[in-house]
Amino acid sequence: MTWTRRHLLTIEELTLAEIEQIHGTAAAFKRILGRSVKKVPVLRGKTIVNLFLEPSTRTRMAFDMAAKRLSADVIAFDAASSSTAKGETLRDTAENIQALNADMIVIRHAAAGSPYYLSKILDIPVINAGDGAHEHPTQGLLDTFTMKEHLGSLKGRKVAILGDILFSRVARSNIHALTKMGAAVTLVGPSTLVPQGFTALGARVSHDLKSALADAEVVMLLRIQHERQGHQHFPSIGEYTSMFGLNKTRASWLNPRAIIMHPGPINRGVEIDSELADGERSVILEQVTNGIAIRMAVLYLCAGNQPEQMISSTQ
Amino acid sequence: MTPLWIRNARVIDPASRRDSVGDVFARDGRISASLSAAERRRARTIDARGLVACPGLVDIHVHLREPGQTHKETIETGSRAAAAGGFTTVVCMPNTIPPADNAGTIQYILDAARRGAVVKVLPTGSITIGMKGEALSPIGSLKRAGVVAITDDGDCIQSNELMRRAAEYARMFDLPVMDHCQDQSMTEGAVMNEGDMSIRLGLRGWPNAAEDLIVSRNVILSSYTGAHIHMQHISSALSVEILRQAKASGIRVTAEATPHHVALTDESLSTYDTNFKMNPPLRTEADRRAIIAGLRDGTIDCIATDHAPHTDYEKDKEFDYAPNGVIGLETALAVVLDVLVGKARFKLPHAIDLMTRRPARLLGLPAGTLEPGAAADICVFDPAERWTYDSRAGQSKSSNSPWNGRTLRGRVRNTIVDGRMVFPFAAS
Repeated sequence: MTWTRRHLLTIEELTLAEIEQIHGTAAAFKRILGRSVKKVPVLRGKTIVNLFLEPSTRTRMAFDMAAKRLSADVIAFDAASSSTAKGETLRDTAENIQALNADMIVIRHAAAGSPYYLSKILDIPVINAGDGAHEHPTQGLLDTFTMKEHLGSLKGRKVAILGDILFSRVARSNIHALTKMGAAVTLVGPSTLVPQGFTALGARVSHDLKSALADAEVVMLLRIQHERQGHQHFPSIGEYTSMFGLNKTRASWLNPRAIIMHPGPINRGVEIDSELADGERSVILEQVTNGIAIRMAVLYLCAGNQPEQMISSTQ
Repeated sequence: MTPLWIRNARVIDPASRRDSVGDVFARDGRISASLSAAERRRARTIDARGLVACPGLVDIHVHLREPGQTHKETIETGSRAAAAGGFTTVVCMPNTIPPADNAGTIQYILDAARRGAVVKVLPTGSITIGMKGEALSPIGSLKRAGVVAITDDGDCIQSNELMRRAAEYARMFDLPVMDHCQDQSMTEGAVMNEGDMSIRLGLRGWPNAAEDLIVSRNVILSSYTGAHIHMQHISSALSVEILRQAKASGIRVTAEATPHHVALTDESLSTYDTNFKMNPPLRTEADRRAIIAGLRDGTIDCIATDHAPHTDYEKDKEFDYAPNGVIGLETALAVVLDVLVGKARFKLPHAIDLMTRRPARLLGLPAGTLEPGAAADICVFDPAERWTYDSRAGQSKSSNSPWNGRTLRGRVRNTIVDGRMVFPFAAS
């Protein structure tokens, strides 16, 4: 099967086969990352612009690293010091970037749907690095990649996603990826942050932590995002932690071989106890490492390459 | 003045219960029962075989953007869009810059209309100074200056006490109070309907409850004060039910619905197209059906477009940042014919009633009828003609329409105001 997609805007629009192609390509790149010479020349001469219009640490660094490992030139576009601060529209900014002969654009934006909007304007590939509360496709891809490394096939696996689902793009991308891969997804948290409407995406909604965690093989924690929600979604951080924070007792309800995930940044002592975040079941830092391989795969494929070429060129 | 003779039309005049093939006459700007032989010889004739002649359409909710935002629309261009859509009377909202909260601005609007408008433009004044929802505008002076209603459209009055006083005070002048029903405490940052689609798209939702609460509030205040409160662009199924109960109890409330809420749902937002972003937002299929049911049984009194022009560069943005609103004057009739007559099986006279007699009666306007002696405001349209709408080629200065590029059925042929043909436009 050939890769035909130019943009990566959502996981919702990907087929299972496309998700598997990205995972397969990422696995090959991950092997390269383990070598002493970590760079491959596949995007040499290409320029990738990281247009990050919202703060990001992990995702931005991972995209930056991924592009460099592929030998691309990377330009970072800093919102604070750029003309967007002077009122330039996203269309004008993007058209200017294209006019500078960029080959690909990676966008992080607070407004949902903006990568889709850019893809209609530009001729170059657009990669979504997180748009508002909509999607964060590379995060969903790296999370499911990490799960597969630990559990093998995800078909029928019980995955619990715990926390602020309503405002989470990570949750949405993971729900789409996991349901396509056949996992049974349960969303759990306070009813104000986990509305029933999410069942329309194919997930179960629960407000009972014990039954949601019972025998789950993966628990993914999401950060309680103070900056995105109003002040009336739950009484206090303290009450959240007492009702839904993951601690040792609650972690004992999980399947014995369950893994604990978090897309970061972590609020230690709020959604997860420190000892669990650093414990042996935690794969939080593996997620970060896998994030580079996944972004390499996405940049590589959307630049117009095929998975097979890469595998043959790196053997 | 040249007499007018519209021949062999299907004449539909809900006010006189007329629906028959025949002629319509006008003399000296007024509808006439007949013309003399001499008048017929010199009359301007329109051969309307196969066409419908009805009262000029009446739209009680448009934004003409003048003064202050004439890059979007002017009273002249907006009135031309109205004429092209078969409208002969439009009621413009006061959210201009400055807001129409004083007699001087009303006078400015009336003067501009006299100079440049091709249809009748009737202003509304704002309920509160600066539309800030804090202190009452000089409502008596506004009435004297010529407003037909007061409203803070777009900025629903949040204080129940202020709304109560506005209703009580306006009642003294027999001025309807029109309200855009939105509890703002529930819609902070909201850009679309709250529901399955907002969850899928990751956009902030505006729940039906925020409309239902204010509709209920207004029903209660109308009941308490006896004032006529009109609910603008109703979008929620429960609001329709609340209004149905209120009307059954004899409370003086009325309501309008837009063509877009009648035709579209939030499913249209899957591509984040800002030409489907408006306030109140497009809602679900259940809401859409409830609005049609409300129009059918009279719970909702009329169709109004909420024609809201914005330029391309204002609308061409991230969904969260684009302004609310769509234009609608040039497509309203075709959309109503398609959805209400074609799909929902309303009789044609009923649909026309919702765009003529009923909105006129709601505000007590001398319009919306073809009875002899009435102003000769007439719309002649071909109910069968198929045409492709190019919003950029339209009369409005703006082109922010959800129907751009769509094939519509039913097209206005002639618009006549006071016996004068204003559309098609004379070559200039």
